[in-house]
Amino acid sequence: MSLGVGGARQTRTSVVDRLRSWRGHHAHSARDSLTRLLRHPLTSLMTWLVIGIALALPVGLNVALSNARSVSVNWDSPAQISLFLRAEVSVEAADVLAKRIEQRDDVLAVRMVGREQALDEFRQLSGFGDVLANLEGNPLPNLLLVTPMSDAMGGAEMGLLRAALEGQAGVDRAVLDMEWVQRLNALVALSQRSVATLGLTLALGVLLVIGNTIRLAIENRRQEILVVKLVGGSDAFVRRPFLYTGFWYGLGGAIVAWIVVGLALWFLRGPLSALALLYQSDFALRGLGAAGSLGLLSAGAILGLLGAWLAVTRHLGEIQPR
Amino acid sequence: MIAFDRVSKRYPEGHEALTEVSFRIESDEMVFLTGHSGAGKSTLLKLIMLMERPSRGQVIVNGQTLNAMRSGRIPQLRRQIGVVFQNHQLLFDRSVFDNVALPLMISGYTPRETGRRVRAALDKVGLLAREKAMPVTLSGGEQQRVGIARAVVNKPTLLLADEPTGNLDPGLSAEIMTLFEQFNQVGVTVLIASHDLPLISRLHHRILTLRQGRLIAQGGSGA
Repeated sequence: MSLGVGGARQTRTSVVDRLRSWRGHHAHSARDSLTRLLRHPLTSLMTWLVIGIALALPVGLNVALSNARSVSVNWDSPAQISLFLRAEVSVEAADVLAKRIEQRDDVLAVRMVGREQALDEFRQLSGFGDVLANLEGNPLPNLLLVTPMSDAMGGAEMGLLRAALEGQAGVDRAVLDMEWVQRLNALVALSQRSVATLGLTLALGVLLVIGNTIRLAIENRRQEILVVKLVGGSDAFVRRPFLYTGFWYGLGGAIVAWIVVGLALWFLRGPLSALALLYQSDFALRGLGAAGSLGLLSAGAILGLLGAWLAVTRHLGEIQPR
Repeated sequence: MIAFDRVSKRYPEGHEALTEVSFRIESDEMVFLTGHSGAGKSTLLKLIMLMERPSRGQVIVNGQTLNAMRSGRIPQLRRQIGVVFQNHQLLFDRSVFDNVALPLMISGYTPRETGRRVRAALDKVGLLAREKAMPVTLSGGEQQRVGIARAVVNKPTLLLADEPTGNLDPGLSAEIMTLFEQFNQVGVTVLIASHDLPLISRLHHRILTLRQGRLIAQGGSGA
């Protein structure tokens, strides 16, 4: 075999060849960086667990919140004002009162729940049937459920209506049922904000974990980087394997997070459906879903790439052949 | 091919490694660069590879003025230059084949073409049988020859060597020099920094002599 070194004949490769080899180097870098991670399974697993747990926390809380929100949405029917009538007000008098209130401009409808009906419902739903059977007489008052004219009524107008209704003769107490739903919604909104903050903080943590891991990987391959730069490797060529390493860390971490969230949901599913049964609800815990899972995996991969990019831009420039 | 025009290099810490150095090396020439250690030989080679930039003066390699070259273009320059180092700079986590294949991977050759060229280069330095060996199992002379195979595998127009025989006994040194002469005979410009005067003066090539950063001789073959 002869070498046939062509002196001034600078060899060129065609564009197609270059493209193919560029793709080839991507595939090679992806494979090689994954192989390197798997060669030290315990070390890599530790990193994956750290990233996975950091991701699982906000993702899990977010799943819990979206479940809570779906519950509150079900209750988000038009606001109601419950009028608890005085005990001495008879069913007939309550009926008359209901008719009169219904005449108001700011009231859409009034439904009466008689005290016997209320007791029946309570007996069925509460599970206190035996206790209630031992009661002398019915402790529940008659109840009027007032639906205001417009859902769009503001809190202040609702408050005015409630006060006006409470002033009616025979009314013991008027309760704006909306209040606790509003409180729940406010609470959910606050929790969402907290989870978002937590998520951002932990994402930053993941970024730093990956950045630091990549920094160590760069340090370990310092000699290789120097030689590659000396024989004409471009920055992109040098960067590539480390970006893939970050990608694999992020994706692996996201898979760990996905498993953790799945396990947690599976763990909660039994007790929750038992609880829902007690509330006569067909509420079922919703998991991440296909879109959510895909989002989690993409977020992990992107965080990994980003962390690696930060480390690489910061540390690769420092390694110059001298 | 290589032209230095009143080139000076002062390092940030104030040491002036080269002072007003001017010379030309034509294509197809083989030239030795000599001088005591610290005379500026390594600095001169680093300027050609853009591992350092001159403080003053102009460096031209293959018709390209290096002074104004952007960092992004440096890899392309280095791909035209084969370099042999005194300490070989081999990667010990991969086989001889993979070490030699590195420049081809960077330049984007197909695996088939890469295999062909790597084997041709290894054959040329007499190590075809060791392609699967790990560098650590090779002797110093063999490691240096792997380094040479890596330097020429990309068929560079210019071959630089920094003390390529520094750690070798006289017999092996002569063999390595013969190898460089063979590359020169097929048209590669060769510049070898070496302080082994007895060896290089036997070889009848032009010798550039540096003393304390100044070029004091660039005459014909040997003293």
